[in-house]
Amino acid sequence: MLSKITNRISTVIKNDIYITRLIALMLIWLVFMGFFRFEKFYTVINFQTMAAQFPEFGLMAFGIMLCMILGGIDLSVVGVANFAAIVGAITLKKIVGVDGEMLGIAIPIVFIVGIIIGAMAGAVNGFLISIINIPPILATLGTFELFTGIAIVLTKGKAISGIPFGFSEAITGRLFGLIPIQLLIFLAMALVITFLVTKTTYGKKLYLTGTNITAAKFSGVKTTKIIIKTYMISGISASLGGLIMLANYNSARAGYGTVYTLQCVLIVVLGGINPSGGKGKISGVILAIFVLQMLASGLNKIPEISSFYIPLIWGGVLVAVMVMNYFTENKKIKL
Amino acid sequence: MAQNVLKAVDIKKSFTGVQALKGVTLEIRPGEIHCLAGENGSGKSTLIKVISGVYTPEGGHVEYDGKSYKKITPIEAILNGVQVIYQDFSIFPNLSVMENLAFNTELASKSKLVNKKRMRKIAEEAIDKIKFEVDLDAKVGELPVASKQLVAICRALMFNAKLIIMDEPTTALTRKEINALFKIILDLKAQGIAILFVSHKLDEVFEISERFTILRSGELVFKGNTKDLDDKKFSYYMTGREIQIEPFEPKLTKQTKMLEVKNLTLNGYFYDVSFSVSKGEILGISGILGSGRTELALSLFGIRVVDSGIIKINGKEVAINSPTVAMENGIGYVPEDRLTEGLFLQQSIGDNIIISEIDNLTGKFGILDERKQSEEIQKWVKELSIATPNPDNACNTLSGGNQQRVVLAKWLARDLKVLILNGPSVGVDIGSKYDIHHILKKLADSGLAIIIISDDIPEVMSLSSKILIMRDGKISNTFEPSETTIHEITAQMV
Amino acid sequence: MSIRLKKLLRHNEFYIFVVILLLSFLIQSRSGQFYTPNNIVDIIAALIVPGLFAIGAFMVIVSGGIDISFPALASLSIYTTTRILVDIDYQGGILLPLVLTIIFGAVLGAVNGFLISRFKLQPLIVTLGVASMFRGFMQGVLKSVQIAVIPKGMSEFGTSSLFVAKNMETGLTSRMPTAIIILIITLVVVYFILNHTMYGRGLYAIGGNEISAERAGFNVKRIKFFLYVMVGIISSLAGLIRVSMMTQCHPTNMLGMEMMIIAGVVLGGVAITGGAGTLKGCMLGTILIIIVQNSLILMGIPTFWQGFFLGMLIIVGTGVSALQVKRLNSPKKGKGGDKYA
Repeated sequence: MLSKITNRISTVIKNDIYITRLIALMLIWLVFMGFFRFEKFYTVINFQTMAAQFPEFGLMAFGIMLCMILGGIDLSVVGVANFAAIVGAITLKKIVGVDGEMLGIAIPIVFIVGIIIGAMAGAVNGFLISIINIPPILATLGTFELFTGIAIVLTKGKAISGIPFGFSEAITGRLFGLIPIQLLIFLAMALVITFLVTKTTYGKKLYLTGTNITAAKFSGVKTTKIIIKTYMISGISASLGGLIMLANYNSARAGYGTVYTLQCVLIVVLGGINPSGGKGKISGVILAIFVLQMLASGLNKIPEISSFYIPLIWGGVLVAVMVMNYFTENKKIKL
Repeated sequence: MAQNVLKAVDIKKSFTGVQALKGVTLEIRPGEIHCLAGENGSGKSTLIKVISGVYTPEGGHVEYDGKSYKKITPIEAILNGVQVIYQDFSIFPNLSVMENLAFNTELASKSKLVNKKRMRKIAEEAIDKIKFEVDLDAKVGELPVASKQLVAICRALMFNAKLIIMDEPTTALTRKEINALFKIILDLKAQGIAILFVSHKLDEVFEISERFTILRSGELVFKGNTKDLDDKKFSYYMTGREIQIEPFEPKLTKQTKMLEVKNLTLNGYFYDVSFSVSKGEILGISGILGSGRTELALSLFGIRVVDSGIIKINGKEVAINSPTVAMENGIGYVPEDRLTEGLFLQQSIGDNIIISEIDNLTGKFGILDERKQSEEIQKWVKELSIATPNPDNACNTLSGGNQQRVVLAKWLARDLKVLILNGPSVGVDIGSKYDIHHILKKLADSGLAIIIISDDIPEVMSLSSKILIMRDGKISNTFEPSETTIHEITAQMV
Repeated sequence: MSIRLKKLLRHNEFYIFVVILLLSFLIQSRSGQFYTPNNIVDIIAALIVPGLFAIGAFMVIVSGGIDISFPALASLSIYTTTRILVDIDYQGGILLPLVLTIIFGAVLGAVNGFLISRFKLQPLIVTLGVASMFRGFMQGVLKSVQIAVIPKGMSEFGTSSLFVAKNMETGLTSRMPTAIIILIITLVVVYFILNHTMYGRGLYAIGGNEISAERAGFNVKRIKFFLYVMVGIISSLAGLIRVSMMTQCHPTNMLGMEMMIIAGVVLGGVAITGGAGTLKGCMLGTILIIIVQNSLILMGIPTFWQGFFLGMLIIVGTGVSALQVKRLNSPKKGKGGDKYA
């Protein structure tokens, strides 16, 4: 019986070295924080704060993840997020009066508008990549500039402030006084994407197209449709991230969250998604998001180390993981 | 007896427990044309890598011109006159012919700076050796395949080569180009250079090789003159079993026309092509590379859209303008290049099988039905006897023959009316090849209309109930397999 | 003559040159201010830093790789240099800062080079990680802050000029920075390396087919390693010039430039897949981006339109060449036959 369990575990470890590593890293960190900063780290407030912080970039990471499974990349997510946030902010200001009337209708409208913006932006990416045949890295680089550019034009380069408080209050509030609404939005999207990827034909086609697009075409998969769909989902996910950013800062600006592009690519790669496509699991990416947030928040509790160390640690972890992969994969070849 | 230019004696090599070479001996005489044959996995590539110094053998030794080595580096092998031309030719498509030819010499002489004059001279001398006419400033990537190969040959000749090893040299060439290549090879032979062909099938090299060495599962099974070999013996040595070739006689006759095309034209590729295939029939289409055969197949599957003409399925006219439409009309297509066009190598065998019918394996709301899926996968793994312990394994764990069965299964899983196979047994070893032929004949007898496109004439002869020859984009001839010979067909092709 | 013309028409550089000309005529006709001595000098001055970055990015892309760490590398290298010199109260000329940045650039570049050549890791992800590390090192370990007063030698070098161009109509003047010499020298040296040394041809060879390059006898690992060292040095020099010209060291304001630089290189016809492209194209692409950035104001378009036009430029520029490739491979054009045959 015991050997069966250990067998199971060892196959999991063998099959998913990325997830195993992330779990190990998270456990080590949790234990470390338990020893050194227990009273500061293990508080409800701390966990609530963390849960309110990661959804904005976590949602963007989802988009990049899907595109990477497809063998592409979406570098425009931050641009899409800001674009959606700005249009959302403008819509809010138009609908909601100073004293907050119409808020009940305004919130769903803002979300619908944001999602439409995200879907359209994603469709543009998908069109450029699948029909015009621009390499994804360049196409989304261009649309990042373009969407950010449009966002700047809409705001004349300034931040939009004076947004009715109601929106921010509603999104940054907590369900039963406990669970942050941002987290719920994140989880909802995580569920939708997990469902799409694991339970539908779209998911199968996504992985197979990412593995070999020619073979997919020759098997009758409508690859153009899959590509456009994927970038649209990425856009929608990013736009939700943007709306959460809008709520968290209660303002919108074209230049917010520029560090998120790199951070999200790091998350996705650490989560075990293969940049050449066709490989990787959403659970790995969700874990990587948690790990990043815990590292960041934990470090925050250690005043001796400034939060500026985070990029160093994060980059170091990424490089270390890649070097480790090199050795494990080389061992595999020799075996 | 003339001294051997190369003699590999009792070579042993294993990879983590698997004995790839179990004491193999290979002798090559100066100026001879030798063929090293064996199925995929027989150890022939390992042997080549030992000879050229890439691998160090665990047992045995290699003699070059009588000098014996237990261990050789690639550079020593080159200095001893051994040159390997790999299947991909090892060229730089983005650089000029001149640079491609001169790099090796320049690097060997440890030059640090580029001397265009000297490089041009080196390149000119190199192409002069086989009277190869080419623009030295042209980018190699823009040359036709045959010229790329000639560039590789010229480069190999520059190092006073005594032995040139060519890995599957004829696969990508047209008959005309093969003839040109053979002329060059005979010329090299006259200069005393030995040629070693490496091949996994009985093909063009058979006619020009003087001696054969055949490997099977890491062991030497035949060593001798080509004239002592015939098709049957060759197959036997390669596979270790007797294989009977029986011509195909359709059991279903006088059936409805399943696929009928009239005056099909794709400008630049084929013109006015008309033919029909009935239920239970296997139609063979043959022609040299560039005859339009591949484009015809692609057009029938909707990858390329014809400019004019009519396609009828089961008597009904259809406009096939995408693979989806083709599939809806019951057409399936097995591409020639299995690895890049047919399979998702890193994904599971199961997913590879069900991808073409995935939209039918869903329950409500487009949710995948796991049970239906695994039933379907099990069914086809069994039906086509795909050798795997677990269909969840990645497809690249399979041998070439089994991979081809996976591609077949992918299409059979759909309710097909017409199956088009472009090169049904390219890159498949002989044993699997006949198994696949058997499967195809059985499928035809069960009512499928099959089109095979192949330049492997014996294959077309033994499979088809009717043969069309394409030449310059037109159907030049029609044959009944029983009333023609390989020779006649070959003559019609070029 | 007609053959030469045909050859010209096949090159991307030609088209980008035409676009630059058309754009400049447009700006000239709208504002009358493009072809003025001071504007031309301004554009050239604005080209120095992005131009150097672009040269480095170009070399990496030709080898089939990609580097997005160069702004972080340059920032860390020049911040360290400035910090050390300010702390020791350095009063000398530009020579020591120059030597220091070159050393730091080489060392930091070697980090990329080591990871990519030794472990054969994907350059995009490695340089992403390394960029993050450099930034974290600078902000966390070195606790970087803005250095308002930089050593005299640096600011003197940054503000010195070769000549001053004056616009006779408006009376506006622009100085041609001495630093342009570094760009010119780098261009000449890199041009020589790429076209006249076996090392440079090796870069193209690796970009074309890495396995073949190894078989032909190129030391691929060494070539790649030194490539990233060189790119580190060139990027570092760009950092030094940037700080010297601004006469203050703002540690983070170069970060984020990588996307624009890579876009310029690709606009210049350099294949993102490696192996093809010229230094000329790379510079033309960068110039086009600089003109768009600098000249909107001349046309009376508010500067906040900049991002929009840049985005459009990248999409249209890459889109046109992507469509060209697509047409080349399409069924009607003969060539494609090879692929399926």
